[in-house]
Amino acid sequence: MRAKEMRLTSWGHHRHADMIAFRPERLSTLQQAVRSADAESGIIAYGEGRNYGDLAMRDGGRALLTRRLDRIIEFDAEAGAVTLEAGVTFAELYNFATKRGFLPPVTPGTAFVTLGGGVASDVHGKNHDLHGTLGAHVDWLDIVVANGDCVRASPTERPELFAATVGGCGLTGVIAAIRLRLRRQQANAVETREFRVRDLDHFFELMAEHREKATYTVGWVDALQRGRNLGRGIFQTGEPLVADNMKPRRSQLAVPFTFPAGTLNRFSVGLFNEIYFRRVPSSGRQRVVDYDAFHHPLDAVGHWNRLYGRSGFYQFQCVIPDTNARDGIRKLLELVSTAQAASFLAVLKTFGAEGFGHLSFPRPGVTLSLDLPARPETRDLMSRLESTTREAGGRIYLAKDGTMSAESFAEMYPRLERFNAVLAEHDPEGRFESDMSRRLKIRMAT
Amino acid sequence: MTKGTSTIKTWLILGASSSVARAFARRAAAAGANILLAGRDIDDLERTASDIAIRHNVKVEALPFDAEATDKHDLLTQQLEEMPGPLGIFLLFGAMPEQAEIDSDFQLAERTVKVNYLGAISILSRLSPRLERDGAGRVVVMSSVAGDRGRLKNYVYGSAKAGLNAYLQGLRARLARVDVSVTTIKAGFIDTNMSYGTPGMFLVATPDACAAACLSLAEAGRDVAYFPWFWRYIMLIIRHIPERIFKRMNI
Repeated sequence: MRAKEMRLTSWGHHRHADMIAFRPERLSTLQQAVRSADAESGIIAYGEGRNYGDLAMRDGGRALLTRRLDRIIEFDAEAGAVTLEAGVTFAELYNFATKRGFLPPVTPGTAFVTLGGGVASDVHGKNHDLHGTLGAHVDWLDIVVANGDCVRASPTERPELFAATVGGCGLTGVIAAIRLRLRRQQANAVETREFRVRDLDHFFELMAEHREKATYTVGWVDALQRGRNLGRGIFQTGEPLVADNMKPRRSQLAVPFTFPAGTLNRFSVGLFNEIYFRRVPSSGRQRVVDYDAFHHPLDAVGHWNRLYGRSGFYQFQCVIPDTNARDGIRKLLELVSTAQAASFLAVLKTFGAEGFGHLSFPRPGVTLSLDLPARPETRDLMSRLESTTREAGGRIYLAKDGTMSAESFAEMYPRLERFNAVLAEHDPEGRFESDMSRRLKIRMAT
Repeated sequence: MTKGTSTIKTWLILGASSSVARAFARRAAAAGANILLAGRDIDDLERTASDIAIRHNVKVEALPFDAEATDKHDLLTQQLEEMPGPLGIFLLFGAMPEQAEIDSDFQLAERTVKVNYLGAISILSRLSPRLERDGAGRVVVMSSVAGDRGRLKNYVYGSAKAGLNAYLQGLRARLARVDVSVTTIKAGFIDTNMSYGTPGMFLVATPDACAAACLSLAEAGRDVAYFPWFWRYIMLIIRHIPERIFKRMNI
């Protein structure tokens, strides 16, 4: 089957990989592509390229582009379940579901992610406290494993393969089909309350008060603030609803070219943060916004990653267990504000129950995500954030990571051994491999 | 231009597993037409059929069809009898092996001609009586700019498409008498499975843009159209290069 040499990039633009890419349009050619690979060439699925790090690429290896596997195979309105191919995006799923009185059970911060990628990273949304990760809503998966066979996995059928594939970073095989339970709710908008947050203690107060009451919660932190103002930001809750006259967001701005390095610096970001903070009155506000705009605010700006210049940026996202959360998050924010690293997308949010995937990221606690311009000194900051997370008993999100060490990874993901047992059974030669799996020594680890 | 109704009740898509076919089927179904997907990979077509039926709430059926198996083409014609007209027919099956491989294997040459040329004649000639009976309908055929001039890089494929283009000119004249339009699409570079990974492609169009053009050109009853449009001018130049120069060129 035909293949093409391509340079694939991660969303963070700090790395790329030269790969031989297959682009199957049907199941049989997907299987053919998997069979054509071997341990030496390796193969890994690549969807919409929204991954920040090296999870979906392997320099010199083979890629399986999934975007043309975009069909809806079955829809059961009574059960509220839909069966999809892995290349369908959350945006397409939302458009499909909302017309029929449903919502995606979970939607990540951008809707330009494929469902296959969503399962492979066991993504979460602003409703994690109440509804868990995407994996919690999957009935079963069809997976093309290393020998090219397409097998079904569910909580009752091949449960170990199922638990390894949900959040498994594409290492167990390529997802061919997903049966997903939708949320039975008619909504095109979100009624949201916004609060100005004075400092970190205030943040924790608000999160504790709302995390189990509100359907959606999320916080934005001004990561440049220090001392007394550390943790200053905006906290937001939301409830889905039907709003008449709600025009779906249409106009798409796009960043037309890669900005010069240093466009985002502590002055420009500081100015942005000040405006962003003051747009919410000190008494807070309540309004109704478009569903898509609420969940995927950055989707309105195409190619926003170009703002970071040619060298790109790193994402850092961790979760700190509730018992250590206040201390841990404070230390992390202190590190960032001391470095005055210009992160204009710092997000703070609570998590509910732990995902069942062996490599699922969320666990009960508080998650902090940052984006940091890739400068020479950033790596040092990243490793300090990593060790602080580790000391606080936290965990780093693989979908965002591009720099973590294998030792930290093994410590943060205690079910790694069970994950490896599944790989040993279904992919003994190690066909499915990525730059991430090699960096983190996922296969070698025991 | 042929007048006639543009309200096609049923679109038959021949070679329905391709990305252009999938996009075309979705667009035609969105406009309310029932869809018949004909092709070789029936499992795959069943999947596309579900997708379209679920998204657009129209009747969709998958039918086995092999362009080379001309002796079985009558069967498809019979299956079509019960489908409500006017009928639209979108023919886009094709085969484009590497010229170098064809040069060393006559069977590949035979297959190229059989699929692209004979297969098309076979099925279209058998469907024409139905179109004539309906007195309405649309035929749109995915041909190629390769048929405009025989080139070093793909002259067997090109000659099959050139033959097909001439056949369609005649068929157009025949069906014009019953108000059925025949649209020849001379396609340039489209980002499909067939062209994926071919070096030297430029200004490549998406399958969806191509499908949209095929549908609207058919509905407008156009005779011949290039897609993307600028290929008309590229081919104008290529056709006018004198043969004694052209034969030495590497295109």
